[in-house]
Amino acid sequence: MNSSKEAIIAAIKKNKPDLLPLPEHPEFPYEDNLIEQFQASIKLNGGTARTGEGKAAVQAYLKDNYTPDNQVLSMVDGITGNFDIGKVQDPHELEHIEVAILEGDWGVVENAAIWLPEEKIVHRALPFIAQHLIVLLKVDRLLGNMHEVYQKINVAEPGYGVFVAGPSKTADIEQSLVIGAHGPRSMVVFLMA
Amino acid sequence: MKATPTHAAAAEEFLKDDERSHWHDDTLWHVRTKRDVSAQKIPEWENLRTNASQIKDHVLSNLDQLLLKFEKNAIENGIEVLWAKDADEHNQHVLRILEENQVKNLVKSKSILTEECGLNHFLEDKGYDVVDTDLGERIIQFNKQVPSHIVMPAIHLKKKEIGDIFHEHLGTDAGADDPAYLTEAARQHLRQKFIQAKAAITGVNFGIAETGGFVVCTNEGNADMGTHLADLHIACMGIEKLIPRAADLGVFLRLLARSATGQSITNYTSHFHRPREGKKMYLILVDNGRTNQLGREDFRNSLKCIRCGACMNTCPIYRRSSGFSYGSTVPGPIGSILSPGMDLKKHSTLPFASTLCGSCTNVCPVKINIHEQLYKWRQVITKEGPSQPSKKWAMRFGGNVMSKPKLFDMMGNLARKSLSISPRGFVYNSFNAWGKHRELPEVPKESFKEWYRKNRKQ
Repeated sequence: MNSSKEAIIAAIKKNKPDLLPLPEHPEFPYEDNLIEQFQASIKLNGGTARTGEGKAAVQAYLKDNYTPDNQVLSMVDGITGNFDIGKVQDPHELEHIEVAILEGDWGVVENAAIWLPEEKIVHRALPFIAQHLIVLLKVDRLLGNMHEVYQKINVAEPGYGVFVAGPSKTADIEQSLVIGAHGPRSMVVFLMA
Repeated sequence: MKATPTHAAAAEEFLKDDERSHWHDDTLWHVRTKRDVSAQKIPEWENLRTNASQIKDHVLSNLDQLLLKFEKNAIENGIEVLWAKDADEHNQHVLRILEENQVKNLVKSKSILTEECGLNHFLEDKGYDVVDTDLGERIIQFNKQVPSHIVMPAIHLKKKEIGDIFHEHLGTDAGADDPAYLTEAARQHLRQKFIQAKAAITGVNFGIAETGGFVVCTNEGNADMGTHLADLHIACMGIEKLIPRAADLGVFLRLLARSATGQSITNYTSHFHRPREGKKMYLILVDNGRTNQLGREDFRNSLKCIRCGACMNTCPIYRRSSGFSYGSTVPGPIGSILSPGMDLKKHSTLPFASTLCGSCTNVCPVKINIHEQLYKWRQVITKEGPSQPSKKWAMRFGGNVMSKPKLFDMMGNLARKSLSISPRGFVYNSFNAWGKHRELPEVPKESFKEWYRKNRKQ
């Protein structure tokens, strides 16, 4: 059964070069204005980030942009939706979610990547299957670059975790950017004080 | 089996459509330019490349230990790990998993490895419905083609052609070629496939030895749409895709998307460590020639590749000849140093499909010395097998002339005189491959030797 494993390991042992050292993790300082830089980065990825607004503003945004017959799923305390995730047994039941409101764990300003570990989304499919995505992120959870965020998170702690940096997009037809390939057609980040 | 045409012959086919070849060239150069802008925003870019290259040096020199550690941790995470010596064993593993779980329809996200293994055809022949879900891959799947580029699989097609393909397969309006309209049609079509699929196959961008998990990067979110809705997830990974520590991702993720398309990161970077409750996750570790390449001192560096495609976008030959002319799963400069290691005879013309300008090496995020390896493969190939007879004859003749100074002077003199008086048709004909699409340089009146003799007194 495991003869292939043995053969592969034996071939590597025979063919590999002498051991070369593993370098230290590099660190590069990041001093730019974090909020402005995050906004610029997410814009390039096809999303938007708003600042200086509280949860009331998020609730107002929902009222302005979605109708009562839209399925609105909020995973954030203090933001009210109309879809109860507690009742969901199977992720296929999320098929008609119009907008999901999630809370980000960390945000990286160099590329607008927001870390969403499994416990923040409950169903792994949620940030992808929703037609639109809203993410709330505290400004004191902004970090400069990817080196910094990997010092903060333990990727193996959740069974699944994802950096989301914008809406679903593609440029597979003549390099023309189209937002909304399979997943969210928009992504709005509210940076909270 | 059909003999593989030489790269030059296949490129000639592509170049018959002059307008398309220029369009292809411009499109890829545009992507290369975006990469430059993005990389130049990072002051520490060169440090990142060096660090990434050193991490991969360590991985290749310790691959057996790291793989065993990776396997152990993955098993503890609840992932079933399988090993495959070659493409056939890989495909058999997938088939057995599907049979055991009684699954007939599956969705796939982009995986160059499964292309390399010919998985789609293998499964389709056995009656499985295999749906590629990356938009570019779905387009070429409809069109019964293979990817012409590893990051942008349908880069060879124009929107008009894609419109025709979608009209035939998805019922979009005849003649409609608006990318947003076509993408929406694909979205609706593929959403149904995601909802129905029982199994999802993905590639792996990075396997993390210390945690036993793996990372998949997409912009479309198709890998996630597939895996999070299906009951089982099969991840297919080349053994060289390993990194030692999770924090190494900081380096590689900063390099990967910027090198590929100039984006700062792909919009989705998914870290898989355990299956969903009650669901299954499989990881197939594939050799398929990689351990052989590891044993070739001059070429083992090629295993550092993270499949960003930057070397293709910058390559003057790739841009002007398109991915299909390479006849290998991975085209372009990196494909031209990887493929001869898999099948030297079949891919013997690829290392010659280069100007050796070195641009590929300069943009490579993990510092693979691609152009030097191309040169080294040429030496291996020329020693081992018969290169084209005309080339061989010309080389032998040239070597002979250049080793005899008197003969060289005489031939030079003769060439200068005869070329300046020869009619055009005598010089530019089918015997002069160099003169196709190219003008010979102006013939000098005298050789350098003659000039020097005249001028050294002053």
